[in-house]
Amino acid sequence: MAKRDTPMLDELLKGPYPSFVKELYKVQERKPMVQDLLGQLEDSYEERIGHWKHGGIVGVMGYGGGVIGRYSDLQEKYPAVAHFHTMRINQPAAWFYTSDALRTLADIWEKHGSGLTNMHGSTGDIVLLGCKTDDLEPCFADLTAAGFDLGGSGSCMRTPSCCLGKARCEWACYDTMKLCYEFTQEFQDELHRPAFPYKFKFKFSGCPNDCVASIARADMSLIGTWKDEIQVDQAAVADYAKGGMDIVSDVVMNCPSKCIKYNGNGIEIDDHECVHCMHCINAMPKALAPGKERGATILLGSKAPIMEGALLSSVLVPFIDLNDEDEIEDLKELIGNIWDFWDEHGRNRERVGELIQRVGMATFLDGIGLDPEPEMVSAPRDNPYIFFQDEEEEEDDE
Amino acid sequence: MGTPSIPEIAEEMFQMVSESMGKKNLKAGDLTKAIRQKYPEVDRKTCKLALRELMDNGRCVYAYFGGSYIQLPHKEGAAND
Repeated sequence: MAKRDTPMLDELLKGPYPSFVKELYKVQERKPMVQDLLGQLEDSYEERIGHWKHGGIVGVMGYGGGVIGRYSDLQEKYPAVAHFHTMRINQPAAWFYTSDALRTLADIWEKHGSGLTNMHGSTGDIVLLGCKTDDLEPCFADLTAAGFDLGGSGSCMRTPSCCLGKARCEWACYDTMKLCYEFTQEFQDELHRPAFPYKFKFKFSGCPNDCVASIARADMSLIGTWKDEIQVDQAAVADYAKGGMDIVSDVVMNCPSKCIKYNGNGIEIDDHECVHCMHCINAMPKALAPGKERGATILLGSKAPIMEGALLSSVLVPFIDLNDEDEIEDLKELIGNIWDFWDEHGRNRERVGELIQRVGMATFLDGIGLDPEPEMVSAPRDNPYIFFQDEEEEEDDE
Repeated sequence: MGTPSIPEIAEEMFQMVSESMGKKNLKAGDLTKAIRQKYPEVDRKTCKLALRELMDNGRCVYAYFGGSYIQLPHKEGAAND
């Protein structure tokens, strides 16, 4: 039981689900700061208000991100949580760890912090909860000695994250882990030294299943796709039918663009009408696969609802071959142009998607030096919204 | 007026931060814009290096108040200790 009297928190132990309170009770035996954390949390439940102050100048030398300042406003009552800073640690691409790496991380955090973690935060980082200001630098030194670095926070490029891609998924249309690692290394300055109007997130998804939800969460989403036809194994399709799958109702009828036909002997796909939703491939993974000419679509502008409402990404580059180093270099140059335009015209705390909404996509494309293309759409399966300047000029001449 | 060096740009940025302390929070972008307005030949990369110099030698620190700003090092008010 808790060393403090915490009747409301005790209620959370009674459900059939695992409770964070149970874990906190275990930790408090060796961590006085967790005793105070429980006390403050009980107060918050009783009073229905939070007691954390957020932000400030706390951090490690030279870095502007990776530490989120957290102070208690009940410092006299709960002195052990007077400082309870969060450290964001850059996760390995696709969250692969050795057991040894996890033990090392746990030992470092046991030594310097509360021992509480949030594996992983919504951006993907390893989140270490509860560190005093004086322990930040020693903790950072131990983490870097073990090969870890801080992730992003504040108005910077946030820690890039990716799905497991070619490491474990046959649908991956490009090597998400490689590109995530490459971007993390390339943009170290932008990751650690906040210089933007607000945050900027990259997420790398290997296919349109978008397992890292990049289309809804990343300012720039790189979603794997293909240009040619879906690969079909008709013998495997027949096996699905023999096995009892109702192909018409489970696959054909669920195709959003109605581009699949099934005649009892095999399926026929009109690939020009396919919108790459992945439904048929997910339903019959042994019979269907993405095409062979693989790459990615680059989308821009999504965000969760914080300052303004939620936004989904818009298509910026319909197809890029991410196995081609030259195309990757062109992409990095485009990203530089986007950041320059955003720096120049973005308002404080305005995400890229909000900037595009405010100035208009045509102005934005003009500003970053990208020609409009008909495939640029405001939402999946929507119509192109770009109008072409050349045509406008011709009309003006008339 | 010649092109300023990185330490000279850093010094000008430091002065801007010093003068605005307690009045207005400045972002990295505000300092970069001000420098580039005064010295159009100075590019963003040079401004970035000047900012990095200010941070690495501890003359300035990053602060978070809903967004990231640049300030002079000071005792954290929220720490209250």
